[in-house]
Amino acid sequence: MKNANTGAAMKSLIQKLVETPGPPGYESLIRALVREAVESLADEVRVDALGNLIAVKGAATAGGRRIMLAAHLDEIGVIATHIDEKGFIRFTTLGGVGRTTCTGGRVRFLNGATGVIGHELLSDASKLPAFDQMFIDVGAKGKADCPVRVGDVAAFDRLLAEMGSRLVSKAMDDRIGVAVLVETLRRMGESPNQVHFVFSVQEEVGTRGATTAAYEIDPEVGIAVDVTRSGDTPKGVKMDVALGGGPAIKVRDSGMLSDPRVVDWMVRTADEGRIPYQLEVLETGTTDARAIQLTRAGVPAGCLSIPCRYIHSPSEMVDFGDVENAVRLLGALIAGSVEL
Amino acid sequence: MTEISAGQAWRFRAGAAQIGLLKKLSEAVAVSGDEGEVRAIVMGQIRDHVDEVHVDALGNVLATRLGRDAKPPSPKNGTRLRVMLAAHMDEVGFMLTYDDGDGIYRFDLVGGMDERQLAGKAVWVGRQHVPGVIGAKPIHLTTPEERKRALSLDVLRIDVGPGGNKGVKVGDRATFATPFARLGPSLRGKALDDRLGVATLIELLRHAPPNVDLLAAFTVQEEVGLRGAQVAAYTFNPDLAIAVDSTPAMDLPAWDDEEQPGAGRYNTRLDGGPAIYVADGATLGDPRLVRWLIQTAESQGIPSQLRQPGGGGTDAGAIHLARGGVPSVSVSIPGRYAHTAAGLARLSDWQNTVRLLHAALSRLEPEVLDEER
Amino acid sequence: MTDLLPFLKSLISLSGLSGNEKPVRDQIASAWEPLTDELSVSRLGSLHGLKRGNANEPRPSLLIAAHMDSIGLMVTCLTHGFLRVTEIGGVDARVLPGQRVTVHGRRDLPGIIVQPPAHLLPPESQEGPVGTAHLLVDIGLRAGGVEKLVRPGDLVSFAQEPIEIKPDLLAGHSLDNRASVAALTHCLDELQTRAHAWDVWAVATTQEEVTLGGARTSAFQLEPKLAIAVDVTWAKSPGSPDHKTFSVGKGPTLGWGPNIHPGLHKAFKDLAERLEIPHAVEVMPKHSGTDAISMQVVASGLPTMVLSIPLRYMHSPVEMVSVKDITRAGHLLAEFIASLEADFMDRLQLDENP
Repeated sequence: MKNANTGAAMKSLIQKLVETPGPPGYESLIRALVREAVESLADEVRVDALGNLIAVKGAATAGGRRIMLAAHLDEIGVIATHIDEKGFIRFTTLGGVGRTTCTGGRVRFLNGATGVIGHELLSDASKLPAFDQMFIDVGAKGKADCPVRVGDVAAFDRLLAEMGSRLVSKAMDDRIGVAVLVETLRRMGESPNQVHFVFSVQEEVGTRGATTAAYEIDPEVGIAVDVTRSGDTPKGVKMDVALGGGPAIKVRDSGMLSDPRVVDWMVRTADEGRIPYQLEVLETGTTDARAIQLTRAGVPAGCLSIPCRYIHSPSEMVDFGDVENAVRLLGALIAGSVEL
Repeated sequence: MTEISAGQAWRFRAGAAQIGLLKKLSEAVAVSGDEGEVRAIVMGQIRDHVDEVHVDALGNVLATRLGRDAKPPSPKNGTRLRVMLAAHMDEVGFMLTYDDGDGIYRFDLVGGMDERQLAGKAVWVGRQHVPGVIGAKPIHLTTPEERKRALSLDVLRIDVGPGGNKGVKVGDRATFATPFARLGPSLRGKALDDRLGVATLIELLRHAPPNVDLLAAFTVQEEVGLRGAQVAAYTFNPDLAIAVDSTPAMDLPAWDDEEQPGAGRYNTRLDGGPAIYVADGATLGDPRLVRWLIQTAESQGIPSQLRQPGGGGTDAGAIHLARGGVPSVSVSIPGRYAHTAAGLARLSDWQNTVRLLHAALSRLEPEVLDEER
Repeated sequence: MTDLLPFLKSLISLSGLSGNEKPVRDQIASAWEPLTDELSVSRLGSLHGLKRGNANEPRPSLLIAAHMDSIGLMVTCLTHGFLRVTEIGGVDARVLPGQRVTVHGRRDLPGIIVQPPAHLLPPESQEGPVGTAHLLVDIGLRAGGVEKLVRPGDLVSFAQEPIEIKPDLLAGHSLDNRASVAALTHCLDELQTRAHAWDVWAVATTQEEVTLGGARTSAFQLEPKLAIAVDVTWAKSPGSPDHKTFSVGKGPTLGWGPNIHPGLHKAFKDLAERLEIPHAVEVMPKHSGTDAISMQVVASGLPTMVLSIPLRYMHSPVEMVSVKDITRAGHLLAEFIASLEADFMDRLQLDENP
C-alpha cells in the first residue's frame, strides 16, 4: 500500500533520526526521540539497565510467538582522550570509524560544540594518518576556553540529502532500521504474536545492548533490522545485493549464520506478498541478530537488511523503495503465525 | 571489624599489616587458571568479615557482607542496594608446555605479555616457588644480525637446573621471581595488577559501610577473557557493579624529550589518585556511576583522575552484560610496567583508591539509578 | 551395537556445515535412537540424547559435547556461470584449488574449485597463494542453467570420499569432528551394558566452528553439573611442530589448563592409568579451542574437561585419524560415567592443597 503521505511522514522521521547524535553508550537524545514516536503506539514501553528502549505490542495467543525485533539506536562516534595546551582535542573511536572518512570531517559533541578533524604532518603523504595522528579542532584558543573535556563524546555531523529515490546521511546505520521498526509498529494490526520492538544500545561496540535485552525477553524468534553492504559500486565488494533490488534477507555475515528455517520463512513470506527481496551473504560485519541467537537456550534468528552504500562514512546511501519494502515484509512477518 | 557510620569519611592509612599483606599477595604465584595460592590468602583474610563465602566451579571466591543499617537509607526504596565489587586474583604468567630434558622446558604465555620482557629473568615455578631462570644465549656467541631480532618464545626456555626437579612438570605455571619492596613512596612488585585490587576489596570488607550489601567477587581468569567475572555476575545478579583493577600509567618521557612525560597518551599518571574509567575497550561506563564517583572525590577532597578513554578492559566488561544488564563502572590504581617482571605503583594512590571507594559506597543511595542511563 | 567404521564413513559423506547441520543430525539421530531414552533437538539445532541413570531423583547429569558441524564454503554471488564463494569456519585457502565439491543448490551439484590463470587475477595474487575471494567454483553448466539452480547463500561442501588408508586409519573431510561423534556413539554403545548413577546428556552440538553457539545454548538449557567436550587435536605430521602435536594411534589426549577443571583432569588421568588406556596430557595454556570454552562460563559456571583425538591435517579434506583412538576415547568416557557416584561433586577438588 503505497501512500504518498506515509512516504513523506516516514522521510520526516528518518531526517529527525539521522540528524540526532547518539554515539554508543550515550543514546539518550535519540532514545527520547524514538520514545516520543512509539509511546502512543505500544502497549508498554520501558527502558532497561543499559538504556535499551523496548516497546511491546500484542499478547501471544495460541499459535502465536514471542518475537523480538531489534534495530540499534547508536551510531559510530568518537570520544575525547586529551585536550592539549592549545585546545586541540585528541580522540579515540567508538565503533568502526574508518580512517578514510575522517580528514576534514565535522563532528558534533553532545554538549553542542562542533569541530573539524585534522591531522599531523605525515612523513609519508601516500599513507593514511593513524587515529593518534589526528585531532579535533573546535576553534578554541587554548585549553582554558575549550568547551570539551576528556571523556566527552561526539558523532559525525552531516545533514540528510535526497537524491531521487535515494536518501543520504550519516547514521543510516542504523537509524533507517529504527525508522523501519517504528513504521512497522505503527502499522501493526491484529496479530497472534507478542512483538518486542527493541531499540538497542551499544551495537557498534559489540552488540552489547541486544545481548542483555534478549536475555530479559527470552524470545522464541528474533529478527534484527540493520544495514548491509551492496555490490553495485565500481570495483566494489562482490555481493549480489544492489540498491533498489529490495530489502535483503541475510543468510550469513561474519558473526552469524541465520537459522535456515527463519530464512525460508522470510523468503516464503516475501514470495507470498509479492515483495521484492535479495539474498545476502556479508563477509565483514555482524548485527544484533548474533547476540539474540546465542541467548539462553538459543533463539532461531535472522536479519532483514537495508542495502546501503558507503557504510560508516558520513554519507551512507539507501534506497527509499527498499525501505518501504522492508516495512511491508516485516509487517507481513509479524502479522501471522510463524511457521518455522 | 569496624563500624563506620555514614557521613564520616574514613581516612584509610596502610600500616605494617597492610604492607605485609600486599607483599604476600604480590609474591604469590597465581597465573590464570591456577589461582589457588591467592585464593587461600583471601579466604584467610575475609572469613571473619563476611556473612557468607563460597568458591564456585571456576574458583572465584564469592563473599557476601550484608549491610547493617536497620532502616534502608531511602524511604522510597525498601531494600538495600546490592553492590558487586570485583578484583581479579590471577596474573599473567607462563605455563610449562614441553620437557626438553635435563631441567629445560618450553613454555607458553598465559595472558598478554610482550615477548621482549622475558629474557634473562628469574622465575618461580608453581605454588612451591621452585626457582628457575629464563636464560639467554651468551652475547659472545651471538652475531650483530642476531641481536637485531627479538628473542621469541620459540627460542626461550625455563631452566630449573640440570637433572630437573621432582616438583616441576609439564603443565605447571610459573611467574617472574620478583620480591615485593617499598621504594620510597612507591611499591615495587610483580602482579600489582591486580593484587592491589584484591587488597582493596579485602579492606572494604573489613570496613564495610553499613548502608549497602557488598557482594565481593575475587575473580579468576580475568587475564584470559574476563571469564570468572562473567559467571560471578550471573550468580550475584547485583544492582550495580564496580571493578577494581590496575591500569597502566605511561607517564614516561618520550624519546625526543620534546613533550611532557606521556604527552597525549599517558593513560593515567602516578600520584594522580584512583583512576575512574569513562570508557575502555570492553565497557562504556555507566555515566550515572562515573558522576557519582567524581562527585564523591570532589566533595571528600580525595585526589582522582580520569583514565584516558580507549583500549584495555576490566572485569566490568563481562559483568555489565550479565543477564538483563548491570550498570557498571571501573576504578583502577595506576601502575607503571604492568605485565612485566617489575611493576611500580604509589602507596598513596592505593590508599586514595580505598578511601574513594569507601566514601562512595557510604554515600550511595538507590536514587543514583533513578534517572535513565 | 553400532559398527563404528561404516557409521563414521557415512557421517563424513554427508553435508553438515555450521548452521546447517540437519543432514548429519538425522544420521546421528537414527544411530542414537536405540541407545538413548529420549532424543530432542535444541533451538539452535543441536541433538540432545538423554540416557537416564539409576540413582534416586534428583539425579545429577553430565553433558558430553561433540560438535557435528564442519567447515566448508558458501556461495556469495554468481558471475558468468561461475560461483564466487566465502569460507564457513577456518578454511586454509591453500587446500582449495582443484578440490571436488558439492554445491547444495536447488539440488546437489558436483563442482570443482578452480584457480583462474594468472592473467585473470589481480597483480598481487599472481604469485603466491590465491585467496578464497579470487577462486571460482565451476559446476560445468552454462550460465543460464546455473542461475536456475544456484543462488547466493547456497552451501558448498567437500566431496572427497572417505579413504581407508589402512584397516585402522580413515582419511576424509569432516573427521573434525565426526570422529568425536563416533567416539560418543561408541560410549553410548558401551553404556547399554554398564550401570551408571548419573543421567547422561549426549549432545551433538552445532556451530562450534563459528560461534560455539550450540554448546553454549545446550549447556544453558540442560543445566548439567559438569561438561566434557570431545574434539580432535593436532597429530604429528610433516611441518607441524613436534612439541605441540601427538601421535596417531597412541590414544586420546587429556586437556590441562584454565579451560579445564583440575579435579576432572585428575579423575580422567587416574582412570586412564588404572584401565591402562593409552593417553597423553595436552597442555592448553590459554583455552582449549573447543566447545568447553563456552560451556565453562555458562550461567554460574561449570567444571569442564576436554578429551581429544589426534588428527592429521586438520581442516583439510584429507584429515586422518585412527579408529582405535576413537574407540579408546569412547571407552574412557563410558568408564568415567560408570565410575561417577552420586556424591562426586562434593568430592571434586579445585586445589590439590587447599
